[in-house]
Amino acid sequence: MSNTPATADSRSPGTEDTAVAVLQPETAAKAFVGRSPGELAWIRLKRDRTAFGSFITVVLFIVVALASPLISKLYGVTPTAGNAGLLNSEGLPIGYLGGISADHWLGLEAGSGRDLFMQLIFGLRTSLIIAFSAAIISISTGVVIGIISGYFGGWVDQALTWFTDFALAFPFLVFALAIIPIINTASYDVGEEVPGSFRIGVIIGVFALFGWMTTARLVRGQILSLREREYVEAARAAGASSAHILFKQLLPNIWAPILVAFSLALPGFIAAEAALSFLNIGVVEPTPDLGRLVYYGRQWLGTPDWAYFLIPASAVFIVVLAFNLLGDSLRDALDPKSSK
Amino acid sequence: MLRFLIKRLLLASTTLVAISIVTFLLFFAVPSSPAWVMCGRNCSPERIAQVEKSLGLDQPLPVQYTEFVKGIFVGRTIDDAGTLRECDAPCLGYSFRSKEPVTDTISRSLPVTVSIVVGAMVVFLTVGIGLGMLAALKKGTVFDRAAIGASVGFASTQTYTLGGVLLLVFVYSTGLLPNPHYTPITQDPLDWAAGMLLPWITLGLINSALYARLSRAQMIETLQEDFVRTARAKGLPARVVTRRHALRAAITPIVTIAGVDLGGYLGGVVITESVFSLNGIGREAADAVADLNLPLVMATVLLAAFFIVTMNIIVDMLYAVIDPRVRLG
Repeated sequence: MSNTPATADSRSPGTEDTAVAVLQPETAAKAFVGRSPGELAWIRLKRDRTAFGSFITVVLFIVVALASPLISKLYGVTPTAGNAGLLNSEGLPIGYLGGISADHWLGLEAGSGRDLFMQLIFGLRTSLIIAFSAAIISISTGVVIGIISGYFGGWVDQALTWFTDFALAFPFLVFALAIIPIINTASYDVGEEVPGSFRIGVIIGVFALFGWMTTARLVRGQILSLREREYVEAARAAGASSAHILFKQLLPNIWAPILVAFSLALPGFIAAEAALSFLNIGVVEPTPDLGRLVYYGRQWLGTPDWAYFLIPASAVFIVVLAFNLLGDSLRDALDPKSSK
Repeated sequence: MLRFLIKRLLLASTTLVAISIVTFLLFFAVPSSPAWVMCGRNCSPERIAQVEKSLGLDQPLPVQYTEFVKGIFVGRTIDDAGTLRECDAPCLGYSFRSKEPVTDTISRSLPVTVSIVVGAMVVFLTVGIGLGMLAALKKGTVFDRAAIGASVGFASTQTYTLGGVLLLVFVYSTGLLPNPHYTPITQDPLDWAAGMLLPWITLGLINSALYARLSRAQMIETLQEDFVRTARAKGLPARVVTRRHALRAAITPIVTIAGVDLGGYLGGVVITESVFSLNGIGREAADAVADLNLPLVMATVLLAAFFIVTMNIIVDMLYAVIDPRVRLG
């Protein structure tokens, strides 16, 4: 964001360290203030109640996910403990709504008897680790490929554009389904246990492999229009290297769409990871996972108690919704053309 | 037009060849023992040796790939444990699990996927574009805000969540609808629709959200264009301006996106199919992955890529027909 967000809407513009243009000194309240695009975006973002709400929710989710071991200690229940005593003979929790009680706020998982609240927050941690890593890798790859392709043009551009189209032609979900077990079986011998961290790494890798294309196209388009500007020409005339022009002159001017792409990639990857686990392909036991909780809950959908399915499914929905709303607000705030 | 078509077809076939090579390498070169992976967990060493021989895995990779491609165009004979199996063109492989050419499995499951996708497209094109256009015309009103809010909500909903809730409400709790199932349309059109209704609504509503946002943005932009102002200025009634002038221009890019989406979905709507336990291509692929039935997995990947690439070409051609500003070169 901007360096001086706190003072951006302060009533005494004279104290700001950014450029100030007071047009009517007599009526200081109506003074015009020069603001950078970053400051304008920040002001728009602060006025937006949806942005504020979703921002708080997202921060809360991140804090809860990071602090999950601590919360588990305070709450007094570990995520993996099976509370067999609280299940009936069919393996269903005793009580209503999946066995919600003072000890188990969101009830128990049917079958295993694990605490659902703990499984959810530890699962959220897995989801967020995968989503953030995949988003950082795929967006940076997209930015680098887009910049190179847009700036150099010619055969480099043609080759990279073909490569982008080629990657887009892969059916993402089916291919991810296929490639993940293959990498796992290729890297470990028959019968050998594949560690959870390796599986997570493979999922991040596959997401990164198929997540960079839209960013690359977006950045390429932006660079194509920016590279003909006078300031780039001036830099070139002054003898600046390509690397300097690319990363010091062009990149700072396209951070807004990149930030929006990043913030909208996060909910996409969270949902995709949950979808893989829902198909029972992604993260496996004992690593906790949101999508797999839904997959387990789905098997109990025919029973009278709908809580087994609906609680984890709503959790995924709320997380994705909060990230989507934040991304949308960010786009509205950063786009000068947007009018709400 | 012809030159453009040839150029596009050449480009598309290089993409398909590249995808087939990557997929092939992935399945045959990466696993330490493809025969073991293909044959499965409970395969005896003798059986593995048989599979290895019948697949020609002892041959160098380029030879294997040529055999595979030959199978697609002219068919090949596969030796399954001493019995010779004819695999007619287009032979995408032979499944050692179900003891049949994978094309048989695909021709069984493709109609299911096509049924789901076509119905869902009808839902999301009418609901999505309709809502988006209305919201654009009533920009800033309560209706507009409600439509936008609903579209954000549905866009964040997972297919399995909506599908699960619909199943819970309409099938398990009230019994208003039968469990989703597939009956060929030629057999009983009514039962076909009844069995497909929930998948259509699920996939349709979730995608409506994206189409509503797209068409709203597109329509708002179009309504500000000069030709719309001209149409208004020459005294045309508002209805004619929006329907005949603005709608037609705004819908063009949406047709493109719908076409590309169709290509993506035809390769399998994995989640929808598995939520409703329908044996479409996507579910076959997911099951094949779980069983390590590699010939089938590889065939579904290739087929899905084929649909995507083909739809892209069709959309490019269509775009030139609808939008007179586009010149093919």
